[in-house]
Amino acid sequence: MRTTGIQELLKSRSLLFCDGAWGTIFQFAGLKPGESCELWNRDQRKKVLEVAQSYVDLGVDMIETNSFRGNGITLAGIGLENDAVELNRLAAEISREAAGDKCLVLGSVGPTGKILMMGDVSENEMYDTFAEQVHALEQGGADAICIETMSALDEAELAVKAAVENTDLEVVCTFTFVKTMSGDYKTVMGITPAQMAEKLLSAGASIIGTNCGYGMEAMIPIVKAFRDFDSNIPLLVQANAGIPKIEDGKTVFPETPDEMAGHVPDLIDAGVSIIGGCCGTTPDHITAIMNKAKVYHTANS
Amino acid sequence: MTDLNKLNESIISGDLNTSVQITKEALAEKTDPQEIIQKYMITAMDVIGGKFERNEVFVPELLMAARAMKGSLELLRPLLAASGIEPQGRVIIGTVKGDLHDIGKNLVASMLEGSGFEVDNMGVDVPSDKIVAAVQSKEIDIVALSALLTTTMPSMRDVIEALKEAGVRDKVKVIIGGPAVTQEFCDQIDADGYSENANGAVSLARKLLAS
Repeated sequence: MRTTGIQELLKSRSLLFCDGAWGTIFQFAGLKPGESCELWNRDQRKKVLEVAQSYVDLGVDMIETNSFRGNGITLAGIGLENDAVELNRLAAEISREAAGDKCLVLGSVGPTGKILMMGDVSENEMYDTFAEQVHALEQGGADAICIETMSALDEAELAVKAAVENTDLEVVCTFTFVKTMSGDYKTVMGITPAQMAEKLLSAGASIIGTNCGYGMEAMIPIVKAFRDFDSNIPLLVQANAGIPKIEDGKTVFPETPDEMAGHVPDLIDAGVSIIGGCCGTTPDHITAIMNKAKVYHTANS
Repeated sequence: MTDLNKLNESIISGDLNTSVQITKEALAEKTDPQEIIQKYMITAMDVIGGKFERNEVFVPELLMAARAMKGSLELLRPLLAASGIEPQGRVIIGTVKGDLHDIGKNLVASMLEGSGFEVDNMGVDVPSDKIVAAVQSKEIDIVALSALLTTTMPSMRDVIEALKEAGVRDKVKVIIGGPAVTQEFCDQIDADGYSENANGAVSLARKLLAS
């Protein structure tokens, strides 16, 4: 049964599951350094669909789209700015095809890679590029927009507003936090979870959270910081499978499915609402996370 | 007399207009440009860089300080060149082939520039041969390489190999940076040093040139 949205699902269930990584799986499947993931929506549709399907088959509640770096500003860096609309629409269509009515599709929107205060792009340009992307994702069949891996408040706010004002979709927004020397978590731009939550909820996001970062365990204090600010807002967490290392010339993400899953009970206790994975995670990681959460839930109910 | 401590403070607080204003006043009073830079500007970048390293300030504050520094430097540089004063060192910096990320690389470039180095920023997706050509044709002390992605980190090794092949590896020090770069990786690819952040890159560059 296709539901109306994430918040609707959360009325009947306290914990939902999201997919894991796409980009790092494409790398194993032959994506070359510097090659655009988004171009695969057109040129390697089957491979993208396979990844989408591999997550849908796990029984997750939502999957994302292969459009993380699909905004016009980022695509312009590789001469693909005129393909932005098509590549985003295709990204959503592929995930929709895999998801059918079984799960929700979250249109992925990542940062532009530009800092507004440097003046390389204007606020209007940034807003317009996000508006173009989210509109195309909606056209392709996305149920929600997931603005992720953000660290600058001004950029994230523009993206959230672009999604709220140009689509009818729920808007999710996640930031990437780093541990400071004093032990609390801020983005590289110096933004705390509370500052981020306050600004983006008022901009119209209905689900917030954190992604990427240093692995599953580091997400627990971030969730607690969010919960100190707001005890009710739905929280999404998508951790990396640890910090990547290079071994024998290959990229290795060190956290195993069991290691990641081991932190799930603490994450649930901290107040997470939706758990998924970021860089380096695979369907195996998500399976382990889902199993651990179910066991923990049964033991505690 | 212009109070040059205010120049120091205005750079630390990222106040471009004030730092340019004070620099102009100091120059009108015929203050030695070298003294302005060494005593009041580089020290300011050291202070803001230290705060950044200790997470007391973040990227925006660092960028503002670098911008204020640059504004003043632009007034002083022609005078330095005219009197034949050499920079602390000459650096070329770029994000390696296949990688389009420039925020971290630009931060390092600004910090080096603000600390008295002459910096040629080669941009993103820079192929090895372009770096080799630059090292062959110009006087360069340091090659600084950046890679955000673990998939493009091997391109750093390619640059070093290309420098070796061209017989110019020993002409320069190669420093590297990026979120997944470690000392182990640095040793593996035979780079001369790595830094976890933009401020550390400045100390590293100074250390390598002093040795």
